[in-house]
Amino acid sequence: MEQRLEGILNNYLQNEGNVISILQDIENEFGYLPEDAISWISDRLDVPPARFYGIATFYSQFHLKPRGKHCITACTGTACHVKGSEWLISSLTSELHLLPDEDTTEDRKFTVEKVNCLGACSIAPVVVIDKEVYGKMSSDRLMKLVKKLEKKESEKEKA
Amino acid sequence: MPGDITINICMGTGGIAAGGEAVMSAFEDALASADIAASVKKHCAAHKVGCRGFCARDVLVDVIENGGKHTYEYIKPDMVKRIVEEHLAGGQPVQEWLVKEDYHTFHGKQVRAVLADCGEMDPEDIEAYAGRGGYEAALKSLTSLAPTDIIEELKRSGLRGRGGAGFPTGLKWEMARNEPGDTKYIICNADEGDPGAFMDRSLVEGNPHAVIEGMLIGAYAIGAQRGYVYIRAEYPLAVQRLTIALGQARERGFLGRNIQNTGFDFDIKVKLGAGAFVCGEETALIASIEGNRGMPRAKPPFPAQKGLWGKPTVINNVETLANVPYIMRKGSGWFAGFGTEKSKGTKVFALTGKIRNSGLIEVPFGISLREIIFDIGGGIEGDRKLKAVQTGGPSGGCIPASLMETSVDYESLASAGSIVGSGGMVVLDETDCMVNVAKYFLEFTKSESCGKCIPCRVGTMRLLEILTRITSGKGRPGDVELLQELSEDIKMTSLCGLGQTAPNPVLSTIRYFKDEYDAHIIERRCPAGVCKSFIAFTVLEEFCKGCMACVRVCPSGAIVGEKKKPHRIVQDVCIKCGACFATCKFQAVRKRAVYGEIHTR
Repeated sequence: MEQRLEGILNNYLQNEGNVISILQDIENEFGYLPEDAISWISDRLDVPPARFYGIATFYSQFHLKPRGKHCITACTGTACHVKGSEWLISSLTSELHLLPDEDTTEDRKFTVEKVNCLGACSIAPVVVIDKEVYGKMSSDRLMKLVKKLEKKESEKEKA
Repeated sequence: MPGDITINICMGTGGIAAGGEAVMSAFEDALASADIAASVKKHCAAHKVGCRGFCARDVLVDVIENGGKHTYEYIKPDMVKRIVEEHLAGGQPVQEWLVKEDYHTFHGKQVRAVLADCGEMDPEDIEAYAGRGGYEAALKSLTSLAPTDIIEELKRSGLRGRGGAGFPTGLKWEMARNEPGDTKYIICNADEGDPGAFMDRSLVEGNPHAVIEGMLIGAYAIGAQRGYVYIRAEYPLAVQRLTIALGQARERGFLGRNIQNTGFDFDIKVKLGAGAFVCGEETALIASIEGNRGMPRAKPPFPAQKGLWGKPTVINNVETLANVPYIMRKGSGWFAGFGTEKSKGTKVFALTGKIRNSGLIEVPFGISLREIIFDIGGGIEGDRKLKAVQTGGPSGGCIPASLMETSVDYESLASAGSIVGSGGMVVLDETDCMVNVAKYFLEFTKSESCGKCIPCRVGTMRLLEILTRITSGKGRPGDVELLQELSEDIKMTSLCGLGQTAPNPVLSTIRYFKDEYDAHIIERRCPAGVCKSFIAFTVLEEFCKGCMACVRVCPSGAIVGEKKKPHRIVQDVCIKCGACFATCKFQAVRKRAVYGEIHTR
């Protein structure tokens, strides 16, 4: 971990970075913000960890907990909303047995998140599964896609 | 070269989502194969282009030959071979795949001023932009115009900020120019946060050089040496194309030291937003670039006086900046020739929602909402009835169907209770619940409120609580009046634009759709059949074929039944997600109001 953080620190020093850019680098590197990473950087820069956490909790891009292997992002922009994104999300959380304030399944296979707007409103409602954009999504099509992923995961486990 | 054939393939985010990359490589493969090369005598080149506007028809492909253009719609990779064989080699366009009449009506009332080059050229090629007159305006400005000439020209054009507030751009530049000090900054605000808006994304993806050229002219006019583009990380393609364009501009000497041997130095850095809507506000954006929580501060001092790192700073929206090179090239008179007396020029809108032709449109100010929705947009999807148009995102309001003659300009939309905003235009039909729409926007502003000032932090929370109560069947008499009173207080006392405009969706829906609020509160029903507390799903046994399709998609296991026997929905387990309703091919799953009428799909 230290070696990877050393690289992030160098990037910060060379490119006039700031707390946000450091956190963005950590998030990119680890997929979330591990507590150890923040303590390490905060020690090295002599910046209180509270400043990092203040920023990490302000911006929606940062995550303090590890994320699932598969990331399902539902767009909740206005166009997607009026075309039923709310229904898509409730079918997702129910299918993956997520509690109202949870976004990642216990086995860390899936993360369900909402995004304000992806700007692809012409093909609303939009769902992104593992970085692939699906437009004009319907709940039955979404359920089929998710069930397929679940099946793949459980088969992998058996093997 | 005359006789050459150019193939333009839409590769904006919309085009790529529809499979643009696969279509592009299908063309490249087809053109590279030997027997095709032998049969197509002319030189063919396939280019990716930015957003064409009509994203609902993607993938759109243009075949341009001798100045004539044929446009194909809904193109899939397997259709490419036939186009290459019959059209490129045989000279006979594939008639049935060409765009139809409605494609031309979509464009009929539009004016492509700032989008003139967007969708017509490869955005990743500076030569393509230069070939269409790009960077001429910057060159002319830097070599033969004084900064004050540029500012005067912009003032004459009447260009106003396209990000929401509509502040005159020339005036803003003049303020920053007149501030003492050697260090000044220009920032391009590409943190397009309004849900339902994608003008800036499309512009940066389709023509990043126009934004860079606009910033360069602005920097020279105000005397800035450093520029920043603050752009959303949710727009990876825009970031990528902008970064490529910046590199090319540096190579060609339009950025860096001693630009085009004029002695003027200027460079631009990209700053990725980290996902906070409030950072669209100028002072919050500055705080974010400085590496802090993006919280606004009181104005004055305005950023033009004390901005980034305490220095005079101009912040302009993407579309505003992209207009600048065209105004400087074609003249303020050309620009002011479009629009109304107070709102000059054109505006790009993202036309979405329940509209037949959704996409990116550019229209002159002063056009009516009716023309946009029915002439350009082709009317409402599925021939349902128009209910309202939501403009301006979470800061805007809903304009009802009865006011469709309203002229689209800053003043008229404001007097109708909405705003032009950054350009989102979401069309709502009779199946949309206006109370739910208001609640949707308050959920958004509540979670995006930075928390610094109490009216916004607590006020939006309370508004949302009341709206949630109403939509879940627990509304009380007097709730509407309470919403109105609280809204006025929040508007009057919030620190920044986010809070000052957050109640607009509530106020405008109450103003025009009070009957819907009353239906929820007094009659305990949702007229549009949206609010979950007022609806239930049931299976009509006589229609059910027992095909198990709904059982398979139901995420909560609420549907019981065996094959070939009628199914049943267990109401206590049902989460009302509507998956079964959308899936059933026999209209056996019905949505019904808890009291009263039955909706069919």
